[in-house]
Amino acid sequence: MSGDGQGKRHWFDDEAGPVVRPYAMTRGRTTSPAQHRLDLIAVVVTEPHAYDPEADQTLSPEHVDIVGLCRDAPQSVAELAAELDLPIGVVRVLIGDLVDEEMVHVTRPVPPAELPDESILRDVINGLRAL
Amino acid sequence: MIFGRSERGKPPVEPVTLKILVAGGFGVGKTTLVGAVSEIKPLRTEEVLTEAGRPIDDTSGVEGKHTTTVAMDFGRITLREDLVLYLFGTPGQDRFWFLWDELATGSLGAVVLADTRRLEDCFAAVDYFERRSIPFVVGVNCFEGAARYPADDVRQALDLDPGVPVVLCDARDRETVKEVLIRVVQHAMAHAADRRQAVTT
Ligand SMILES: Nc1nc2c(ncn2[C@@H]2O[C@H](COP(=O)(O)OP(=O)(O)OP(=O)(O)O)[C@@H](O)[C@H]2O)c(=O)[nH]1
Ligand SMILES: [Mg+2]
Repeated sequence: MSGDGQGKRHWFDDEAGPVVRPYAMTRGRTTSPAQHRLDLIAVVVTEPHAYDPEADQTLSPEHVDIVGLCRDAPQSVAELAAELDLPIGVVRVLIGDLVDEEMVHVTRPVPPAELPDESILRDVINGLRAL
Repeated sequence: MIFGRSERGKPPVEPVTLKILVAGGFGVGKTTLVGAVSEIKPLRTEEVLTEAGRPIDDTSGVEGKHTTTVAMDFGRITLREDLVLYLFGTPGQDRFWFLWDELATGSLGAVVLADTRRLEDCFAAVDYFERRSIPFVVGVNCFEGAARYPADDVRQALDLDPGVPVVLCDARDRETVKEVLIRVVQHAMAHAADRRQAVTT
């Protein structure tokens, strides 16, 4: 999942009118080519060497938050958006940046049809019963 | 959500993640259901929509596009440290179908919540999951004051395939909601087994 870096300066069309505030955070980008439509339940994991994201001047506070949250416990894209109270699209772009910077990696979810066996689903049932 | 800081040197656990969709008409109890079994959080997506309500990519023309915020219900159920189930309550309006496409992809299955006083409100959702062969369960949310119909009547009224489970529930009640979710997973297992059979015979 190495970002090709292409389109990193993918500016939103100026004529698109006023940019919604959160998109200022992403420098107006609404998509990140390398991470196009990251699955909402894909899991973001902080790389062990990304210990001091604040030192990186190019990162916004939101980038730093993501690195911090996913170091404590890997989290899904949806969870990060809910936790940071940012729209999903914004979070996707921010994650794309962090992947390009090799500060996090993203593990795509296994589609249920490709689960190796039924035992995971049995575990889900047992887990729900035990709730 | 409280997580301990992972010990140094020990790589954090990357959980297996699964998702179940919760669909159904306006005001049928989707948010209530998600909240009954999980810590619920609103999730926002901002989409640049065409007039037709489909998202467009930002390199295409700018005429007539506007950004819409769509909110979804989002819940997390931690089954084990390494196994997490997410619930997504889908927005009901038709113009947000594109969001369903994204949510439905890779989902384990779905709950279609129904209110017997206005069953027709869930036709669209039933249709949607049938067409895409996504395993789903119909949860009949039992509101007070609504007549109780046997599950079979609901099945008939919705013209469901015989294999589709119909479960009576109360979206406010954790135990019945757990039961609905368990039925979704069981149905998904049966569905997967059928598919394997179809491939091998
Ligand atoms: N009596 C009763 N009331 C319920 C039940 N489920 C939901 N309600 C109530 O019905 C109302 C609507 O429930 P919601 O969970 O907000 O429904 P929703 O499907 O999320 O609604 P929208 O997001 O607006 O489409 C709330 O006032 C709930 O308290 C139920 O099983 N029994
Ligand atoms: Mg709701």
